[in-house]
Amino acid sequence: MTNTKPEWPLWEVFIRGQHGMSHRHVGSLHAADERMAILNARDVYTRRNEGVSIWVVEAQHIAASSPEEKGPLYEPANSKVYRHPTFFDIPDDVGAM
Amino acid sequence: MQGALFDYLLRQGDTALILGHRLSEWCGVAPALEEDIAMANTALDLIGQTQMWLGYAAEVDGQGRTADDLAFRRDVWDFRNLLLVEQTNGDFGKTVMRQFLFDAFDVANLTALQGSTDPRIAEIAAKSVKEAQYHLERSRETVIALGDGTAQSNARMQAALDLLWSFTGEMFAMDDVDHTLAQDGTVPDLAQLQPGWTRTVNAVFTEAMLTPPESSHAQLGGKTGARHSEHLGHMLATMQFLPRAYPDARW
Repeated sequence: MTNTKPEWPLWEVFIRGQHGMSHRHVGSLHAADERMAILNARDVYTRRNEGVSIWVVEAQHIAASSPEEKGPLYEPANSKVYRHPTFFDIPDDVGAM
Repeated sequence: MQGALFDYLLRQGDTALILGHRLSEWCGVAPALEEDIAMANTALDLIGQTQMWLGYAAEVDGQGRTADDLAFRRDVWDFRNLLLVEQTNGDFGKTVMRQFLFDAFDVANLTALQGSTDPRIAEIAAKSVKEAQYHLERSRETVIALGDGTAQSNARMQAALDLLWSFTGEMFAMDDVDHTLAQDGTVPDLAQLQPGWTRTVNAVFTEAMLTPPESSHAQLGGKTGARHSEHLGHMLATMQFLPRAYPDARW
């Protein structure tokens, strides 16, 4: 028997809509353990046939960047247009890329 | 034979209907949002199964009634559901225990019914058994989580088990209807399902640190309609009010 905890932990839910697609974050929910998190995700997020695969991860295990870091993290990329592949002439008969 | 088949279909349909309605009573007031949605989903699965069973029952009956007529225009003594499923929700633990005891039976019964010599029954069972398997997985996990949880949750689950145990025997009690239909393989011999059910629930009780009562006394009378509890009438009064007061109401 474990000690009483006031709240179940928070889990982030990722659903893959079709084969070949990647899992996408769809929301979060509370559950006592990972098995329950998957069952809850099935009931909360796949009621209308949304998915063929479910991932859950406890929210506390996600390392996230901090909004204050956005200068050093992202601004250096602003001035480097040569990283975008926009300098190539694409022949017409290649079609849509 | 037709009489027995009609009775049997009512038993299947009424059991799904009454349990589905009981679960729907939790909608909006369950202890957690996730459980609220999950229980509403299960309730809707069961109401969907009800439409198939009672729809077939109405056809067999041949009196021009519909599944809705059977659900909303019969009184308590005409209902043929198991006594287990009409028991009140009580606390969340009692609801989950009632669900688990039934789900373990439902999966075994529907699995066997997939091999019915009546193709309609086999078809309904094949569609329903996948839902039932999910219900069982969910209720089994929750019984284990709450049984092997805190001292309070364990005590509540044990109390629920003690209270509901005597209603489980009816699921396996064969009467004339069952014997008649089992002869040509329309339905399984219920008594043969009991050992598997007992193994399933006992394995879960061990994990959940719960002890089933030793008594094998069975409360009977739901399947025959002879001894429904007072709770069923109150439930039907709520469930049937709208179509009785407004018979012409449409979506």
